[in-house]
Amino acid sequence: MLSKRIIPCLDVAHGRVVKGVQFVDIIDAGDPVEAAIKYDEQGADELTFLDIRASHESRDTLYHMVTEVAEHVFMPLTVGGGVKALEDIENLLHAGADKVSINTAAIFTPELVKHAAERFGSSTIVVAVDAKRVDEHWECFTHGGRKPTGINAVDWAKRMSDYGAGEILLTSMDADGTQNGYDIPLTCAVSDAVTANVVASGGVGTLEHLAAGLQEGKADAVLAASIFHFGTFTIHEAKSYLAAQGIPVRL
Amino acid sequence: MIGLINYGMGNLHSVAKALEKAGGRVEPVDDADRLKDYDRIVLPGVGAFRDCIGALQETGMDVALKESIDSGKPFLGICLGMQVLMDVSCEFGSYRGLGLIPGAVKPFPEQHPERGFKIPHMGWNDVVLSSEKQPHPVLAPLAGNQVYYVHSYCCMPQNPDHLLGVCSYGDYPFAAAIGRDNMVAVQFHPEKSQRAGLALLEAFLQWHP
Repeated sequence: MLSKRIIPCLDVAHGRVVKGVQFVDIIDAGDPVEAAIKYDEQGADELTFLDIRASHESRDTLYHMVTEVAEHVFMPLTVGGGVKALEDIENLLHAGADKVSINTAAIFTPELVKHAAERFGSSTIVVAVDAKRVDEHWECFTHGGRKPTGINAVDWAKRMSDYGAGEILLTSMDADGTQNGYDIPLTCAVSDAVTANVVASGGVGTLEHLAAGLQEGKADAVLAASIFHFGTFTIHEAKSYLAAQGIPVRL
Repeated sequence: MIGLINYGMGNLHSVAKALEKAGGRVEPVDDADRLKDYDRIVLPGVGAFRDCIGALQETGMDVALKESIDSGKPFLGICLGMQVLMDVSCEFGSYRGLGLIPGAVKPFPEQHPERGFKIPHMGWNDVVLSSEKQPHPVLAPLAGNQVYYVHSYCCMPQNPDHLLGVCSYGDYPFAAAIGRDNMVAVQFHPEKSQRAGLALLEAFLQWHP
């Protein structure tokens, strides 16, 4: 049976792992290769790297980091942050990424996702949707949660899935960094709307939150950063808990 | 020395690194005339069938590959490198494959998102080795382990003897591994399957069909 995936996320800036609370208060949390090896040993199913300070000058640092990680761990790697063009995707895949996550650029140029899926295959294209509750619905935000777009997040996720994105990385801006759990209604609404895989993100503080994202939120995978980074739980502890709840995981 | 066929697509680097980690010496090969210089051959693959078979035909690699396989060299196909062994694929039209394993490449049946049946089939899933015969020596180390799959199409070999392992997505079974004689090919990605994948690659390097 297909296992639900547990994905530790590493926010990186200038080649270092960092972690912020609600996209501010960035603190340094270590070396990306060391972190990747640690998660590999713990049995992580995939790794996601998000370059939160993506700038033109730091691209080579990011490519170098991806190559180095890919030489040390043999599992799927998703990389995102500052991806604007087909060339960026090609460079990241060439550096050793298996999937590339597109966020802001998809909002400005939705066709980029279509072209990327045609050229590199749906399974390599992830669209990151950063959503925040506005009145009775959720709205997409860009630039790391700073700029509203007026676009309905559920409709947007469906459009991106229809354009060929193989996966939607869905982050609740309200929940992110709070450790109060995923936004379950948001996760469920997107999971029901799209044919692409859905990765729930933002807000995990306990193992119950992971289970809720997979069961009530109907996500295919759950992503978390802090609880794994700071050693609150190991990946193995998380998987053992999920298995005990009857959720299929790879132990 | 392992010849890793480079046709300008796919994750050559990851496969090369994993084969090295498994103890092999690897070189990418893009010149069809040089394929005969290698002891073992690996055909990796990510992308679309028509682009892959087109690139192999354009470079003459299709003919060189068939000759090498006929000469008895151990061959490993990965993902799309498995699918191109078949007669025909219906991905983006109808395209002829290498015809080394009789059968076709077909998409998963109608999608059922409400049952969690999403496309592509992406993630860790089983490989059930055929129980009636001895497990294939390259696949034997996988017993009890899950491996990483990413694909929307699957191989349908005509001859049940060519089916070496099966996986199920939802309630739909498909070929996880196929092969005959000196050829073995897998739908999943050993280079992304952590220890289980590296164990398969080690077994391939020690395989003397």
